[in-house]
Amino acid sequence: MKVSDLNNLPEFTLLSDSKESDITGVFCCDLLSIAMGKAPSGSAWVTVMANVNTLAVASLTDVACIILAEGVAFDSTLIDKAREEGIAVFKTDLPIFDAALLVNNSL
Amino acid sequence: MSELMELNYTVSNEDFTRAGEASSDVKKKLKQLGVSPDAIRKVAIALYEGEINMIIHAYGGKIKVTISENEITLILADKGPGIADIDKAMQAGYSTAPDKVRSLGFGAGMGLPNMKKNSDKMDIQTEIGVGTTVTMVINI
Repeated sequence: MKVSDLNNLPEFTLLSDSKESDITGVFCCDLLSIAMGKAPSGSAWVTVMANVNTLAVASLTDVACIILAEGVAFDSTLIDKAREEGIAVFKTDLPIFDAALLVNNSL
Repeated sequence: MSELMELNYTVSNEDFTRAGEASSDVKKKLKQLGVSPDAIRKVAIALYEGEINMIIHAYGGKIKVTISENEITLILADKGPGIADIDKAMQAGYSTAPDKVRSLGFGAGMGLPNMKKNSDKMDIQTEIGVGTTVTMVINI
């Protein structure tokens, strides 16, 4: 599925857009140290860790998008930074597992 | 071996908002040079972990990246407190990071192991009270 296809799921709200890319899997982790080493490139990364370093890890690991779960969101500064760097970010009120499952079932 | 490019960066003390600037910049340059995505990812991870370590533990430091035809060398030098027990520091899960760092999602004791895993050669020179220099080589 394409990143933009997530927009068709009512559970997800787009915070920052990116150039179109494929989602090839789902990855869940809140520890940035682990995400840095293990997030597969092209994956949809589901996390509740929403700080500037989340963007850095997403950019360096080439994940397809960040999905902020549990109603967590970036503040406007971070959304601007995500847009500037072309990183797709969605938010959802779903828990991490349910958000990941929904994406996985849509792959 | 012919050297294609040398890049230098300064990492500031305690500035988590700027962590990753050097890694991002190196990543962009390697992409422009047409280096393989696998090697770029290894460099980006190894360097980012190094940047974070210098911010958490060593009051910042200097990074020198040398790109040659067959390999990329990352030298991270700081004037921090030094590493008391390298064997322990290399164990996944061992960490001396303070709680405020953990609340940002770091400090899980994965930094040095991740750096080792993503480099083809790694060397650590450290002296208590003087500083640490980590050299990593990634084949391309």
